[in-house]
Amino acid sequence: MNDTSTLKPGHIQGETGIWEMVIGLEIHAQISSKSKLFSGASASFGSEANRNVSLVDAAMPGMLPVINEFCVEQAVKTGLALNAKINNVSVFDRKNYFYADLPQGYQISQFTKPIVGEGEIIVDLDDGEQTTIGIERLHLEQDAGKSLHDQHPTKSYIDLNRTGVALMEIVSKPDIRSPQEAGAYVKKIRSILRYIGACDGNMEEGSLRADCNVSVRKSGEEFGTRCEIKNLNSIRFIIQAIQSEAERQVDILEEGGTIDQETRLFDTSTGETRSMRSKEDAHDYRYFPDPDLLPLEFTESWVQDIKEKLPELPDSLKKRLVKDFGITSYDASILVEEKDYVDFYQQAANGRDGKLTANWMITELFGALKKDNLSFSESPITSENLGELISLISNGTISGKIAKEVFSEMMKSKKSPSEIVKEKGLEQVSDDSEILKLIDQVISDNQDKVNEYLSGKDKLFGFFVGQVMKLSQGKANPGVVNKLLKEKLK
Amino acid sequence: MSELLDLNLVEASKALKNKEISSLELTKAYLKSISDTCSLGAYLEIVEDKAISMAKESDKKLIDGTARPLEGIPIGIKDMFCTKDIKTTASSKILENFIPTYESTVTQNLWNDGAVILGKLSCDEFAMGSSNETAAKGNVINPWLKNKKMSPGGSSGGSAAAVAARSALAATGTDTGGSIRQPAAFCGITGLKPTYGRCSRWGIVAFSSSLDQAGPLTRTVSDAALMLNSMAGYDQKDSTSANLKMPDLMDYLDKGIKGKKIGIPKEYTQDGISEDIVKFYEKSIDWLRDEGAEIIPVSLPHTKYALPAYYIIAPAEASSNLARYDGVRYGARQEASSLDEMYELTRGNGFGDEVKRRIMIGTYVLSSGYYDAYYLKAQKVRRLIKEDFENVYKKVDYILTPSTPTTSFELGKKQDPLTMYLNDIFTVPASLAGLPGISLPVGLDKSGLPIGIQLIANSFDEAGLISTARVLEMSAGFNFIADGAAK
Repeated sequence: MNDTSTLKPGHIQGETGIWEMVIGLEIHAQISSKSKLFSGASASFGSEANRNVSLVDAAMPGMLPVINEFCVEQAVKTGLALNAKINNVSVFDRKNYFYADLPQGYQISQFTKPIVGEGEIIVDLDDGEQTTIGIERLHLEQDAGKSLHDQHPTKSYIDLNRTGVALMEIVSKPDIRSPQEAGAYVKKIRSILRYIGACDGNMEEGSLRADCNVSVRKSGEEFGTRCEIKNLNSIRFIIQAIQSEAERQVDILEEGGTIDQETRLFDTSTGETRSMRSKEDAHDYRYFPDPDLLPLEFTESWVQDIKEKLPELPDSLKKRLVKDFGITSYDASILVEEKDYVDFYQQAANGRDGKLTANWMITELFGALKKDNLSFSESPITSENLGELISLISNGTISGKIAKEVFSEMMKSKKSPSEIVKEKGLEQVSDDSEILKLIDQVISDNQDKVNEYLSGKDKLFGFFVGQVMKLSQGKANPGVVNKLLKEKLK
Repeated sequence: MSELLDLNLVEASKALKNKEISSLELTKAYLKSISDTCSLGAYLEIVEDKAISMAKESDKKLIDGTARPLEGIPIGIKDMFCTKDIKTTASSKILENFIPTYESTVTQNLWNDGAVILGKLSCDEFAMGSSNETAAKGNVINPWLKNKKMSPGGSSGGSAAAVAARSALAATGTDTGGSIRQPAAFCGITGLKPTYGRCSRWGIVAFSSSLDQAGPLTRTVSDAALMLNSMAGYDQKDSTSANLKMPDLMDYLDKGIKGKKIGIPKEYTQDGISEDIVKFYEKSIDWLRDEGAEIIPVSLPHTKYALPAYYIIAPAEASSNLARYDGVRYGARQEASSLDEMYELTRGNGFGDEVKRRIMIGTYVLSSGYYDAYYLKAQKVRRLIKEDFENVYKKVDYILTPSTPTTSFELGKKQDPLTMYLNDIFTVPASLAGLPGISLPVGLDKSGLPIGIQLIANSFDEAGLISTARVLEMSAGFNFIADGAAK
C-alpha cells in the first residue's frame, strides 16, 4: 500500500504514479430580478406550479422576447466584479432542442458573442494560501422549466414557473486543480454575487448551481478527456463529485482503458457519478443568432456608471479590515466571505478591539450558531450586543471567563450583556482589599502548599491564582490577583 | 348591393363619414359577398355576429362624430394574425383548434381605428408557399378566370382572393419573401410590404422572424396608404420594431414623381419572364418617364443569389420558430407512450409536406458541420444584396421591376417545389434587404390574367413609394374586375 497521507489535495496516487486533476466549472447563477429575462412574469421561487407563466414563457404563437434591462445591468456588474472584459456588443443565440419543459423548443442564450469575456478572481484556500482562477466568459441565458416525473405512474407533469428566468453562466478556465479549490472558487463567486446583489447565491433553492468538468493527467502531460458532471447544488456535493469522478477516471486509465467524453450525474446517495448521456447522444443544438432580438449594445459611459456604483468587493475589503482593525489576513478572509458577516463585524468592532471582536465572532459566535444549527441571519446576538460584550471585556468589567458565561446567556435569552452582568452580579472585582481578603483565605487554607512554593516549587503559583479565582466565582480580576499574590508570597 | 361593393376603401370611408351609407349595410353587403363567393375558399372562419356588432358600434361613432380613420370598414384578416377569441390556425392542422387569448398588435391597431372584422383568411400553411396550395383546409381559387381554377398566389392567397372577389374591402397579409406582393399581382390588386420593422410582429404566427412583415392587400394605392397608416407603428413588445414615426401616407398620394429617378435593374429582365409581363413592364417605364421621372439603368449584381440565400435563411428560422408546436401546451396532440413518440406523431400528422420540407432544410443548414457552408454563407449573401440596394439608392429614388415572372397558373399544375420557389424571384431580394415594396396591377395578359408591377423604395420611404405607385396606378388605369368577384 502506498502512503496517501502526504498527497496534496487534487492528487490521486495510482499504481503508475500520481495523477493530477484538471477542473473547470460552469456556474449558473440566477439573477436577483423580480421578472424573467425576456418576459414580465414573476421570477419568484416557491409559487404554485405554472403560476408565473406569461404568454411569452409558454411560447404561444406570435409571442416575442423583450430583454429585461435590469438583468443586463446585473451581468455587467458581475463582469466588472470578476475583473472581466465587458463586451459592449453581444448577441443572443437560440440553442435548439426538444424537451417538454422547454416551450419554445430553444433556449435563448449567448454562444459566440457573450456579454462578458475573460477575467480572473483570487481564491482563498483553507491553508491560508491564495490562487488565481481565470474566467473564460459570462453569458446571459434563460432557465428551462421543470419536469415532474414522480407525480403519476405514466405521465410527466410540467411546471413552467422557472421557464425564462434569467441566469448568468459563469465559465471558469480549466485552472482548478483540486476539489477543495473548486469549492473555494464557488464560495468566492457566491460571495462576490451577494456583495453586488446580482444573485442571492441560495444553492438550496437552486439559485446557484454548477456543472463541473473533470479530467485527470500525470503532472506535465496534456489535458485528458473530460467528463461533465451536471447540476450540482451544494459545495459539499461539488467537492465529493469531483473527487469521486477523478478517482473513477484514474481507475479506468490505470487499467489501460480510455475515458469517454460524456455528461454525468452525481448520485448523492451513493456519492458516485453515473453516465447521463454520451458524446454520441449529445444534441446538435443548431445555434444561430435569435432573429427576434437585436444585438445587445450599450455605451462605455453606461458601463462606467455601473462601475462607479459597485460596492466595495471582498478582496479590497479584506485588505482594509487587516489595515483598519489589525486582524490577521486569515480572519479577514473568513469575515469577508459573506457580506452579512463583514457588516456585522464592522458594526461590532467599531471603536473597539478589532482582534478581540474577530476572535469572539469567528470562534464563539460562529461556533455557537453551528452548534445550535442556526444560520447567521438567525443569530440571537446582534452586532450591538457583541460589541457591548467586547467593551465589557476590554474595560475590565468582566473577565474573559465570565464573558463566556454571559455569551451563552446572550445566545439563550437575547438579552444585552450589561443587562445579564447586572442581573447576575457578574461584575469583575478589581478592588485590592476585596481580593486581598480572598488571598488571605486561600493562603490560610493551603499552608502546606505555601511552604512548598516558598521552598522553590514555582509552578504552584498558578494553583493559588486558580484558587482565588474559584473563591471569587470567577469575578476577580485575574491581573490584580496575579499582582497581589506575587507581593503576598514574596 | 352592387353599388356598395363598387366603393373602394377610401370611397367607402368617405361615404360612411358623410352618412351616405352605414357600416351595418356595408358590412352586411360584404357578409353576403362572402357567402356568394364561398366556393373560392378564401375564408377559414367567418365571424358574422362580431362583424355586425362592430359595425353597429362604428355606426354610433359615425353618428356622434367620433369616427376613427377606418371607422366601419369591413376587412378580412390573414390567419397568421392571432385574434382574440377567434380561431387562428395559420392554415395548419397542428393549430386547427387554437383560439388565442390575445390580439396581435397590427389587428389591434386596426380595431382601435374602427375597422370591422369579417373573418379569417386562408393562406399557405404557416405562410410557406406561393400558390395557397399548402393550406390544410384546401386550395383557395383565384376569382380571375374562375372556371379554370387558377391559383391566387401565396402565401396571402386568401387575402388577395377575398379583396379581388370583393368579399373584403381590404385584407391584412404577411410577406416573408413575396407573400403579399405575389398574390396581389396574381389577383389584380395592390399589395404593400412595408419596411421590415414598420409593423409589429407581435401576435403574428412567426415563419421567418428576420423577414416576416405585415402589410395591406387592397384595391388601390390610396386604400393601401389608409390601411398601412393604421397598421404601422412602434411596438415595445417587438424588439425589432422600428421606433420611427411614419408620416400620414394620405398626404403623399398626389405628390407626383417629377424629377424622381427610377432605377431599372438589368438583372430583373432575364430568367424566362413572360412576354406580356415584359410588355407591361416596358409600358410602365414609359408611363413613369411621361410623368416626369428620370429612368436610369442600374445593376443589382447579387440578385441571382437571392433565392438560394432566402431558401436557406427562411427555412432555418422556420425550423426553430415551429419547434414550439410540439403538442405539449396547445394545439393538436397525438397521444403516445413516450415523449419522443408524441413529438413524432404530433408533428408528423400536424404539419403538411411543404412545412416539413422547410423544417428539414432549416434543420440541415443549421447543423454543426453545415452551418458555415449554408447559413453563414447565406447571411453573407444577404449582406451583399443589401449593399447592392444601398449602392443603387445612391443613384436612384425607386426601383421598378415586374412583381412575378409569370401571371397566375392553374391550381395543381406546379408540383415541383423548385419551380414553385421561382415565383418569388423578383420579390425575395427586397425582402432580404428589408425594403418596402408594392405590387400593383397594370394590365391583363393574353389570357385575361392580371399583371403586377413592383416598386421598391429605400428603407422607411413608404411615403415616396405611395406617391410613385399612385402615379403608375393613374397611368395604367387598371379598372378590371375579376369574373369571379361578387356582384
